[in-house]
Amino acid sequence: MIAYDLVIVGGGPAGLAAAVSAKENGVDSILILERENRLGGILNQCIHNGFGLHTFQEELTGTEYAYRYIQKVKELGIDYKVSAFVTDINVQKQITAAVRGEGLLEVQANAIILAMGCRERSRGALNIAGTRPAGIFSAGTAQYFVNVLGIMPGKEVVILGSGDIGLIMARRMTLEGAHVKCVAEILPKSGGLQRNIVQCLEDYDIPLRLSHTVIEIHGEKRLTGVTLAAVDEKLKSIPGTEEYIPCDTLLLSVGLIPENELTRQLPVTMLPETKGPKVDAGMQTDLPGVFACGNVVRVYDLVDNVSAAAVVAGRSAAEYLRE
Amino acid sequence: MVNCMRDVIIIGAGVVGASVARALSAYQADVLVLEKECEMCMGTSKANSALVHAGFDAKPGSRKAEFNVSGSRMMEQLCRELDVPYSRDGALVLAFSEEEKGVLQELYDRGVKNGVNEMEILDAEAVKSLEPHVSDRVAGALYAGSAALVCPFLLTTALCENAYVNGVEFAFEEEVTGIEKMTDASGKVAGYQIQTPKASYQARCVINCAGVYADTLHNMVSSRKYHITPVRGEYCLLDRSEGGLVQHTLFRVPSAKGKGVLVTRTVHGNILLGPTAEPGNDKESTATTAKGLERVLAETKDMVNDIDVGKVITSFAGLRAHEDGGDFVIGVAEDAPCFYDALGIESPGLSAAPAIGCFLAELVSGENGFAKKPSEDFHPYRKGIPAFARMSNEERNDVIRSNPAYGNIICRCEEITEGEILEAIRRPLGARTLDGIKRRVRAGMGRCQSGFCMPKLTEILARELGQELTDITKSGEGSRILEKESRRKSDDSI
Ligand SMILES: Cc1cc2nc3c(=O)[nH]c(=O)nc-3n(C[C@H](O)[C@H](O)[C@H](O)COP(=O)(O)OP(=O)(O)OC[C@H]3O[C@@H](n4cnc5c(N)ncnc54)[C@H](O)[C@@H]3O)c2cc1C
Ligand SMILES: Cc1cc2nc3c(=O)[nH]c(=O)nc-3n(C[C@H](O)[C@H](O)[C@H](O)COP(=O)(O)OP(=O)(O)OC[C@H]3O[C@@H](n4cnc5c(N)ncnc54)[C@H](O)[C@@H]3O)c2cc1C
Repeated sequence: MIAYDLVIVGGGPAGLAAAVSAKENGVDSILILERENRLGGILNQCIHNGFGLHTFQEELTGTEYAYRYIQKVKELGIDYKVSAFVTDINVQKQITAAVRGEGLLEVQANAIILAMGCRERSRGALNIAGTRPAGIFSAGTAQYFVNVLGIMPGKEVVILGSGDIGLIMARRMTLEGAHVKCVAEILPKSGGLQRNIVQCLEDYDIPLRLSHTVIEIHGEKRLTGVTLAAVDEKLKSIPGTEEYIPCDTLLLSVGLIPENELTRQLPVTMLPETKGPKVDAGMQTDLPGVFACGNVVRVYDLVDNVSAAAVVAGRSAAEYLRE
Repeated sequence: MVNCMRDVIIIGAGVVGASVARALSAYQADVLVLEKECEMCMGTSKANSALVHAGFDAKPGSRKAEFNVSGSRMMEQLCRELDVPYSRDGALVLAFSEEEKGVLQELYDRGVKNGVNEMEILDAEAVKSLEPHVSDRVAGALYAGSAALVCPFLLTTALCENAYVNGVEFAFEEEVTGIEKMTDASGKVAGYQIQTPKASYQARCVINCAGVYADTLHNMVSSRKYHITPVRGEYCLLDRSEGGLVQHTLFRVPSAKGKGVLVTRTVHGNILLGPTAEPGNDKESTATTAKGLERVLAETKDMVNDIDVGKVITSFAGLRAHEDGGDFVIGVAEDAPCFYDALGIESPGLSAAPAIGCFLAELVSGENGFAKKPSEDFHPYRKGIPAFARMSNEERNDVIRSNPAYGNIICRCEEITEGEILEAIRRPLGARTLDGIKRRVRAGMGRCQSGFCMPKLTEILARELGQELTDITKSGEGSRILEKESRRKSDDSI
């Protein structure tokens, strides 16, 4: 077992900004644990711009935004370990991570910052009827395929859900030569940022079908189409409005859920509204010495706000460690 | 292409064909399994309630009763030999009225006739103390202690692996489209000629384990015609976080409308709700329907409180192979010597499979003079793929040090490592598709339903199989994950 004053779980923008903030507030012994093979979190696949307007007063891509923080972490000499998947955490603030090629890493911490981000809701969670073919992706997975692996998931695309990732992927898929037939949103209003609706849909003439949802999936092996229907105020589909749309790809952008598997191993109060831990103004949970920031607390629209909350978490952790 | 004459060809690599293959691999015979899909366990055996039924349901004296009870007695030992998850949780048949309580006694008596042990009729209070989430309207229940849970994917896969290790050959993507009797000079049946789109095979014996298609194959060689109706059953699966909802498998007293839905844990700790029962005529249609899923949720909520619809992680459907006669048809076809059927194997077919396998292996070997292999030539044991998620910290440390790939967690929901995935691909009859990996090691079976691990699984499969990323499929031909002519290709050509 090794020891650190502060262990940060997750090396996305929240974890990175929290580390920098804690260091700047006087904590010297910090370890960031990140399960991917590089720091940066979800930003590593966000090659579009729109990040950093608040934090840096300039418009950066997600990867550039992450790079600035990664550089800072390196400059400040903060320890980090990648390919380190935290599997267990306990009330004594002991953390266990599986490290690729090395074995288990056990760390005793005096304070912990949880910054595990969030995950996308899947098709299953929507319980859409129909077949279970290939060709259905969460928008973030499709983004990884296109932006990181450089491979298109399909050509004729329907997007369900108008969250920001869905909107951004509508534009991305179009730029890569796919035909995005529509973005369907069950609510009467899009959940995405206005600028994304303009820049990602309207500029490309992609129809946004509000108060519509996919009620059935077709195709045995690969997706061949979806049935779209209008919904009433109770979000129930209206008989007679069904419309078959042939497509080979369905992207789901139907919400993000904070990734709190680890948090649930601790006696920490969780809020049903946010699906994240309850935190005070200093981003401390109700277990003293355990802090949380970023999408693990609640889903943020803007990474700048994540960084701002992470700064608070880092500072509070430093104060806690001083006491 | 015509292949040489084999002793036995088994058609179908579901749990029944796999059980027959494994049992026959203890005999001196050369056996080939033909399966139309690209892997084993892609038919009904992958979409069912995964229960080892105690055996009080079937009519006394029926084939179903006989094979259910004997199969379920064999299951635990078989799962031990093959290292397949099995858990004897017991079952409760819930009665919600005085009238239904009367039926409990009938079920009990039928169970006794069928040879089922460990049954007891419980009053409402006893039921509530065993299962606090059961609706307060419960009036009593039949308890059956021998009911168990099994993993149908791993069982089928393990049976095939073990059969293969013991010398059985498998040919996938071989759909039997024709079977003809071959006669000798005296006009006696000397074997069968079996046609697939790719090849022609000959065998002295054929064992028909083709699930919902067993009628079609049987009818090619026999004038005694059978007819199978696919009866669809839809399910919803809940997150493992809900695993504590029930401790036993909960059925309802069967009504005029049928057996009704059940609520059960799975061996992996999820909760399974369903199935419906809708007869149809499409033998491929395993689509779920909005109506069906609604029914599943409404009817299970009527039995059990605190079912959280928000915890559904997936839904699916399977097809029961219902023969018009309503019973299993097991044995040699009347007018086709050496053509054996396992036909109409609907529920409790999974429970019965071990017994069907042994019965047919003995029958076929007896009639055709295949001797038992000397015991040193038959290896009944198989080791499962060690699961990182269920290891202690010491074991985790050891396994990562000896195999670094175990330190790389790929499926974060189920904590499945690259080490397990590689093993699933590299084993005999290894995984060739994303679904194949999922059935063997559960990567992608968790709450994010492979949202996160799909790209990584695709990369690992492509690397291991020496294929392009764009060649990788979800479930075989026609189910590519990615666009074949991708940007990467065109970039390269610039
Ligand atoms: C597709 C997409 C597009 C977006 N577009 C914009 C935009 O245009 N503008 C904008 O301002 N914002 C945008 N955002 C929002 C912003 O990127 C997120 O709010 C931000 O990335 C959240 O930061 P985080 O650190 O909380 O989470 P993440 O970036 O998800 O980082 C969490 C990290 O924790 C790691 N982790 C999790 N569990 C473990 C564990 N058990 N062990 C070790 N490590 C673990 C993860 O691997 C990950 O690296 C976008 C987000 C997405 C997903
Ligand atoms: C909703 C539902 C719930 C159930 N619950 C239970 C339960 O809890 N307990 C229980 O004991 N039983 C249960 N059953 C029954 C059990 O699942 C089946 O009896 C069992 O899986 C049947 O196995 P099989 O090998 O006969 O069929 P399958 O698994 O369908 O295998 C048949 C195989 O043959 C192949 N095939 C078909 N035609 C050809 C051809 N022409 N050429 C080559 N290959 C071919 C198919 O591809 C398939 O792989 C349930 C069934 C359903 C549908």
